[in-house]
Amino acid sequence: MAEVKFTDQHEWLLIDGDVAKVGITDYAQEQLGDVVFVELPQPGTEFNQGDEAAVVESVKAAAEVYAPVTGEIVEANNGLEDDPAVINSDAQGEGWFFTIKMSDAGELETLMDEAGYKDFIAGLD
Amino acid sequence: MSGTFTGNQGLRIEEPLIFELDSPGQSAVDLPEPPAVENRLGAAERTEPIGLPGLTEPEVVRHYLRISQKNYAIDAGLYPLGSCTMKHNPRLNEKMARHAGLADLHPLQPQSTVQGALELMDFCAEWLTTLTGMPGIALSPAAGAHGELCGLMTIRAALEDRGDARERVLVPESAHGTNPASAHMCGYKVESIPADDRGRVDVAAMIDRLDDKVAAIMITNPNTCGLFENYIVRIADAVHDAGGFVYCDGANFNAIVGRVRPGDLGIDSMHLNLHKTFSTPHGGGGPGSGPVVLSEALAPFAPVPYVVRDGDGFRLVEHIGDSDNKPYGRMKGFHGQFGVFVRALSYMLSMGSDGLRQASSDAVLNANYLKSRLEDLLSVSFDGPCMHEVLFDDRFLKDTDVTTLDFAKAMIDEGFHPMTMYFPLVVHGALLMEPTETESKAALDQYADMVRSLAERAKAGEAEMFKEAPKLTPRRRLDETSAARNPVLRWADRSEGS
Amino acid sequence: MRYLPLTDADRQAMLAEIGVAAIEDLYKDVPADALLDAPVDLPSHKGEWEVERIIGDLAAKNLGASSVPSFIGAGNYRHHIPASADHLIQRSEFLTSYTPYQPEVSQGTLQALFEFQTQVSLITGMEVANASLYDGATACAEAAMMACRVTKRSKMILSGGLHPHYIDVTATNAKYLDLNVVNAGVDPNRDEPAHLAGLVDEETACVIIQNPDLFGRVRDLSALADACHEAGALLVVIVNEIVSLGALKSPGEMGADIVAAEGQSLGNGLSFGGPHLGLLATKEKFLRQMPGRLAGETTDVDGKRGWVLTLSTREQHIRREKATSNICTNSGLCALAFSIHLALLGETGFTKLARLNNANAVLLADKLDAISGVEVINDTFFNEFTVRLSKPAEPVIETLAANRILGGVPLSRFYPKNDAVTDLCLVTATELTREEDMDALSSALSEALA
Repeated sequence: MAEVKFTDQHEWLLIDGDVAKVGITDYAQEQLGDVVFVELPQPGTEFNQGDEAAVVESVKAAAEVYAPVTGEIVEANNGLEDDPAVINSDAQGEGWFFTIKMSDAGELETLMDEAGYKDFIAGLD
Repeated sequence: MSGTFTGNQGLRIEEPLIFELDSPGQSAVDLPEPPAVENRLGAAERTEPIGLPGLTEPEVVRHYLRISQKNYAIDAGLYPLGSCTMKHNPRLNEKMARHAGLADLHPLQPQSTVQGALELMDFCAEWLTTLTGMPGIALSPAAGAHGELCGLMTIRAALEDRGDARERVLVPESAHGTNPASAHMCGYKVESIPADDRGRVDVAAMIDRLDDKVAAIMITNPNTCGLFENYIVRIADAVHDAGGFVYCDGANFNAIVGRVRPGDLGIDSMHLNLHKTFSTPHGGGGPGSGPVVLSEALAPFAPVPYVVRDGDGFRLVEHIGDSDNKPYGRMKGFHGQFGVFVRALSYMLSMGSDGLRQASSDAVLNANYLKSRLEDLLSVSFDGPCMHEVLFDDRFLKDTDVTTLDFAKAMIDEGFHPMTMYFPLVVHGALLMEPTETESKAALDQYADMVRSLAERAKAGEAEMFKEAPKLTPRRRLDETSAARNPVLRWADRSEGS
Repeated sequence: MRYLPLTDADRQAMLAEIGVAAIEDLYKDVPADALLDAPVDLPSHKGEWEVERIIGDLAAKNLGASSVPSFIGAGNYRHHIPASADHLIQRSEFLTSYTPYQPEVSQGTLQALFEFQTQVSLITGMEVANASLYDGATACAEAAMMACRVTKRSKMILSGGLHPHYIDVTATNAKYLDLNVVNAGVDPNRDEPAHLAGLVDEETACVIIQNPDLFGRVRDLSALADACHEAGALLVVIVNEIVSLGALKSPGEMGADIVAAEGQSLGNGLSFGGPHLGLLATKEKFLRQMPGRLAGETTDVDGKRGWVLTLSTREQHIRREKATSNICTNSGLCALAFSIHLALLGETGFTKLARLNNANAVLLADKLDAISGVEVINDTFFNEFTVRLSKPAEPVIETLAANRILGGVPLSRFYPKNDAVTDLCLVTATELTREEDMDALSSALSEALA
């Protein structure tokens, strides 16, 4: 049964065993505007929780995407490079950025669940 | 859409790219045949054609005339871009810059043959240092951002000279993006200081971050919200007590020239934008000139080259070690934006000390007048008098479905270039208006009336008009998304058979 | 005062509308003891003819290079600029407009920049070019840092044949960053490409070489490009005299990864060294690491072709401290002048102009080489070459200047402490160099060296 978590940097995680699929939330893509470019990490790269793992650019903004958990990149969604618009149309589905093999599942405790994230964005601007 | 055969609309004429006007073999420059000698190009001789189009003079003149007509300009109307100081560009400046004996000087002529040029640079420096109350100056930076880098490098050089390079630079949240970018290029980490609810640097927060690892604070004064940082002396004292330096972004000097000297506020280095405060033309995006005035402590570190008095004449110091100073290096080729110095000097001589003082007060008066004419309909971001520019935010557009962007596009149909939008970032949907002193009261009233009418229309629910704007320009809203997703940055021959 | 439209009556009415008594009330945030109560101690305003007189007097103290035989180059070249170029850039819409942030009212500037970018790509043989930088020296520095970002390496190897200002600016820019600047040292005698190829290793981000170089030598750089690429490094080619590209293989053809150049020769006069025009061109795969503005083609809501500034997320106003550079202004009007001049020349004009420059330089070199005490040291050159004199060059040049001839640039101007170059001088001929100028230089040199 896949678990979903959210970060306060507007990333979502879809957890399956010890691998998490990571993307940016619908709220984030709306704030960014039309996405024009993504820079994805290489499979095999290791990140600590909070490290900059990817970059997403729109016409008027650029945002870092941070590794929400410590681990090693398994796969990057290379299709995004040719069609970054998917991030706008399906941010929480086909617009996933990368999958990461977690080294410490305990870190998930620090993240929000769906209800928590909804409250979080309601409290923003 | 246009209803004409050609697509032209009266005086507004569609014009293709020069590559689409190619007449192979034609040229608009008559050249003599090269003498028949063996070239000395060796193995590097060109064998392939380049692919440039050929045109004759009438075609070229017509081409550029036609495309020029699609530009707004200061000469066309009020250009309220905040922090850009779009004041009138006097044509005397252009005449002076083209003077024989100035325009045709090579920078590497023997110094004895260019004493007048060196004197002109020294004269320009004297005006700038006197106006700012600072003893030293680096004339060579090519533009404002370049000047920021220079100002920070003198600070780093001074710190390294005393064996204490330090690590961080404090930059207000409201700062122009060039500030943190310049600090980064100087090898410093950037720490952001929040603004307070009065739109100024949060002094308590700033002082809290001060320690012996802070090399400098970069402060814009007047700041990017159009406000004077009234605690500047307290800030400067605190930074100096911690052993750091104060860099001032002088982009907004037009508000205070002739009325306040940065040297009296504790500033250590400050760049000036000759293409803002000192009327040299913006030229569609440059060239600018960003000389940096320097305090006593920083003056010795100014980069080469610089002019010094030498007996009865002048000398250009071009090499580190040629004087007792400790230049940190060189910022650009040759000696700085000389053609821009001539224009700026022509302006300063024309305006005089009295005229510059009048200019800054008229600039401040004009901005405050706009504020008073608009504040009941638009949402002013911060209370109290503004300086030479007034900042509004998009609260007045709440529930209208009109964004700052839409509002700006509607101004275009009314015949005005929009104000600066979405900057500074400290307010939402910023609208930053700087009229400058070269606008008459009638021009200001017309502009204010126009803005009022748009604000009223937005509040009356006419969102659709705003969304469709502009309608009357040669091109309407352009697709910036696909321009970024699929960049096309040069012409390519896409005709059949190519 | 002719630039200030407000009358005293206006000012009073406006102060009343604002609700303050005097202008000083609007300056209330300025610390009282910092607010000046009188104009600064500088002269008061002047009318046009007074200003013209002052500036004219300063101009009269100089020896203009257009009024005497002049052979000075070294990064700044005297060429003929067609009358219509200077006339067109003074159109209000070009002169007094700003950066094209609102594309609907800036299509003139944007179309001109797009054409400029295309022209620069074509002459350099590269895939993409930006909308200009400040000058050649800062473009060189930007290219070096770009190469470090692209390769994720920190060592840059600078040829000793680079214009010395370019070396100094590149080193200054790298000074406080964690970068390793290797200056290969000036040597007029060695096979520079071969020497540099020998220095390239797995830590090298780029090799930066100028063509024609400081001494005027021109070379095929293909072998050096290969050596760089084998080691995973980039080749940065510097072009000081942009007209040379009319007669030389383009850097792109020779394998360059980045081209940084000075565009002053076209459209822009000498102007005592500024403002000038930096050009930057590269391969499309490095596009996102390229600094500076870019104009891109697109369509508007009616489907009509137009242009916008694009890929702005590389730039400082968005990325702030993570930007590719801090650059904000480009060299817009200078780029326009360049573009108009090149449009006027066209393919045949530009290539013929280059051939004419080279041919005049050949005639001049042969004439000078025949003088006792003068030796042209170049095998190859475009329009600039180096002579070795039988005496130190600098005093000879001073003597010539006293006789109203601007004979060239002594290398000691750049390297005052280097004995190996004291007797070397750079000499340039362009399309403007007449036979009588060459004869004047010849006789004056003979006399000075006798």
